[in-house]
Amino acid sequence: MGLGMRYRLRVNPIACSGHGMCAELLPEIIEIDPWGFPILASPGVPPGLMGHAKRAVDACPTLALLMEEITDQAR
Amino acid sequence: MSTIVVSAYRTPTLPMPRLIASAAQHRPAGLDEHERLYGPTPLRGRPRGRRAAKGLIDLVERSGLTGRGGAGFPTARKMRSVASRSGPAVVIANGAEGEPASVKDRLLLTRAPHLILDGIALAAYAVGANEAFLCVHAQEVDVLATLEDAVAERAGARLDAVPVQVTGIPGRYVSSEQSALVQYLNGGPGKPTFSPPRPHERGVNGRPTLVNNVETLAHLALIARYGDNWFRSVGLASAPGSTLVTVDGAVARPGVYEIAMGTPLGQVMLQAGGPSEPLQALLVGGYFGAWLPAETAWPVPMTHAGLKAAGGAMGAGIIVALPATSCALAETARVVSYLAEETAAQCGPCMFGLPALADALIDLAYEGGRGRAIDQIATLIPLIERRGACRHPDGATQLVVSALTAFAADARRHDRQGPCPGVRRAPLLPVPRDEDREWDWA
Repeated sequence: MGLGMRYRLRVNPIACSGHGMCAELLPEIIEIDPWGFPILASPGVPPGLMGHAKRAVDACPTLALLMEEITDQAR
Repeated sequence: MSTIVVSAYRTPTLPMPRLIASAAQHRPAGLDEHERLYGPTPLRGRPRGRRAAKGLIDLVERSGLTGRGGAGFPTARKMRSVASRSGPAVVIANGAEGEPASVKDRLLLTRAPHLILDGIALAAYAVGANEAFLCVHAQEVDVLATLEDAVAERAGARLDAVPVQVTGIPGRYVSSEQSALVQYLNGGPGKPTFSPPRPHERGVNGRPTLVNNVETLAHLALIARYGDNWFRSVGLASAPGSTLVTVDGAVARPGVYEIAMGTPLGQVMLQAGGPSEPLQALLVGGYFGAWLPAETAWPVPMTHAGLKAAGGAMGAGIIVALPATSCALAETARVVSYLAEETAAQCGPCMFGLPALADALIDLAYEGGRGRAIDQIATLIPLIERRGACRHPDGATQLVVSALTAFAADARRHDRQGPCPGVRRAPLLPVPRDEDREWDWA
């Protein structure tokens, strides 16, 4: 994870049904695969993108986009 | 030192094979026969409290036992993570052998059911469980009957403190994944779930749950009897003990063999009578495994680390020998089609990616790729890998990557010039017949 990153994104692939909201709101990190499902370029959220990332998490209709605090264990 | 080692029956010379010593009899060993062969069940009488339970986990740790279901995770660590949680735990013995090419668990279940049941009792004791499930595929009615008989025999002898429920689970490939077992026992359809929580955190009925392969539990039954030094007296210091392997394909004597961990692949092949015709490759580790070219496979040791270093995987110890005249790409395409059909259809990259991958492979193998199939497959792999809730899609991509590596020249020829004559050979890698498969979810 990059410097200053305290949070990372994770997709629950079972909950995700490919609405694509996250990629609209956070194109810096999330792109869409050929079937409409999100691909995270890198899971860590740079501090400057925290606001956008939170909006993307809140906007997911199936609550499939998760933001987790990076713990030493998860690093 | 654990107090449950019964010293009178400490027989450090119990020879190989250890687990399948009575397998040749073509019937299950009864309780008397089992105890005559191995000595009394370690927990006969009453459990001896938490300190002795911790002693048992310490013993397992010293033995170096790792899971024999495919992942090879240290058994003691798994036990400790369950034992450290509060409240009564649950034990699941996983005897649902999802790999079509593997029959080692089936052999153990049908010949030495009491060894597995001893192991379940010990595991339950070690982690403080008051409930245990022994899961096999529901369509294996003969196995279920054998296990029910063995459980009844032990109940009659008042042998076990924790009751064991023999449970038939859906016959789908992914249903034997540990989170799927937990989900099924909690009333679900038996599909893998998103983690966390992992079974040791919140499993059956929300309780900490230990999931072990049945062979792992059978080893536990012998370690508790004869000790860690005995267990380590075969195998490598870094990968101790024995392990069951299933050898299939172009060998003189296909079947289940018990080998010392670390035995070179070539020696395992010789135990199985050697190749029955010239070979081009071995599929090691099953459908979550990898192809190894015959010329480099022979000296590779059967351990997780050894196979990984050679670009393979140990999985549940499956070796299939592929004849020189077979088409490895066609074999791989058929298996990936099967894996695609076995998706739980929960995660997009698996439910759409695997069929796309299977189609591209079928094109490459049977139609010729018109120069595009290899690139198409290479594009699909990263879109599938590590994007599911379970490892099902990763198993398929690993197999495909290994095929395109081991048979790179062959793949290029198919892509540019069309299929080789080998595609007309009868399929070698086993895939369940359509009529024997379950297609719907409960």
